[in-house]
Amino acid sequence: MIKHHISDKLLMAYCAGTLPEAFNLVVATHISLCDECRARMEGFDAVGGAVLDQRVSPVAMSSDALSATFRKIKAKTAPDGPGYSAAGQAPHTPSAMRDTVLPGPLLAYTGGGLDHVQWRSIGGGVRQAILPTSRHASARLLHIPAGTAVPDHGHRGLELTLVLQGAFVDESDRFARGDIEIADEEMEHTPIAEMGADCICLAATDAPLKFRALLPRLAQPFFRI
Amino acid sequence: MRVANGQDAQAFTKLFEHFAPRVKAFLMKSGADPTTAEECAQDVMATVWHKAAQFDPARASAATWIYTIARNRRIDMLRRDRRPEPEDLPWGPDAEPDQVDALALQQETEKLAQAMNALPEKQRKMIESAYFGDLTHNEIADETGLPLGTIKSRIRLALERLRHSMN
Repeated sequence: MIKHHISDKLLMAYCAGTLPEAFNLVVATHISLCDECRARMEGFDAVGGAVLDQRVSPVAMSSDALSATFRKIKAKTAPDGPGYSAAGQAPHTPSAMRDTVLPGPLLAYTGGGLDHVQWRSIGGGVRQAILPTSRHASARLLHIPAGTAVPDHGHRGLELTLVLQGAFVDESDRFARGDIEIADEEMEHTPIAEMGADCICLAATDAPLKFRALLPRLAQPFFRI
Repeated sequence: MRVANGQDAQAFTKLFEHFAPRVKAFLMKSGADPTTAEECAQDVMATVWHKAAQFDPARASAATWIYTIARNRRIDMLRRDRRPEPEDLPWGPDAEPDQVDALALQQETEKLAQAMNALPEKQRKMIESAYFGDLTHNEIADETGLPLGTIKSRIRLALERLRHSMN
């Protein structure tokens, strides 16, 4: 049972199409696991529908626009149409590809299931894999061994952490598969992976993390976290 | 929507006349020049035709569905950040949309539009700016003031029916 969901403002920004790619990825992955937020998302899409339908003054199309559109339909060249690959759209995930830990939107970024993830150690037993997104925010998978703590850290920007396997606890609550923690600048926390299964999370941030301890801080530019 | 069934050119023409000028205006509000907006509005309507079979009236109105296509076209047009979509729901054999669900959703959509019209000007402008792409997520208010609870419950029911039909 998912307890921690996406905030209204993040969902609205996702539906408006204005989030950085890394955050879009977290939102899409959470919604893949959460029907409650899928329904909320479609509610925010409906707000967009109302804006389109009622809050703009229509601008006349050119006189041959309809026939031009029918020509496009026949040629099947429209974006989103069959045979068209748009630059703005995320990499396509073959529907045959399924993974029990990584939901569909993530598979397109890892190139396959958990076995395909290229982990790198960042110390303390913790491993990460940085995912290829736009530079406006970064996304990475974290692998935290059961019972291990991630160093106490604060945030300069916004950080979203979505649990995909296992669970972690911090000062605020417990987070299990599907739960999302939204951490802003005021929050400092020490997430600890629960005993039992190793914890795998998808984390995204629009600013580099700042660690309390000196060593991880020095290591930051090197590890790009 | 009859376009969804048998790709009816007449139904499409009606849809085009209503929505193409709105999509064009929406794209211009989002920063496109009139020529680009015209071109992209045609693309959006062509996509509406191609994807008509995927339209589910129990979960979205035509305006909502066309909005999502226009939004994706805008992201592409302005070279904004890529936007992964949630995993598709595996379609059940019995996924024919329920007429009662579709009607109820239609009513909720109308109520939502009325609620938006009744919002204080400042709040309504904030929402419009957000959807025209003028606000970052930090600039969007924590409270939208929109009563989204009932439309969400409706969509949730339709999703549950879909999930049920898959099992």
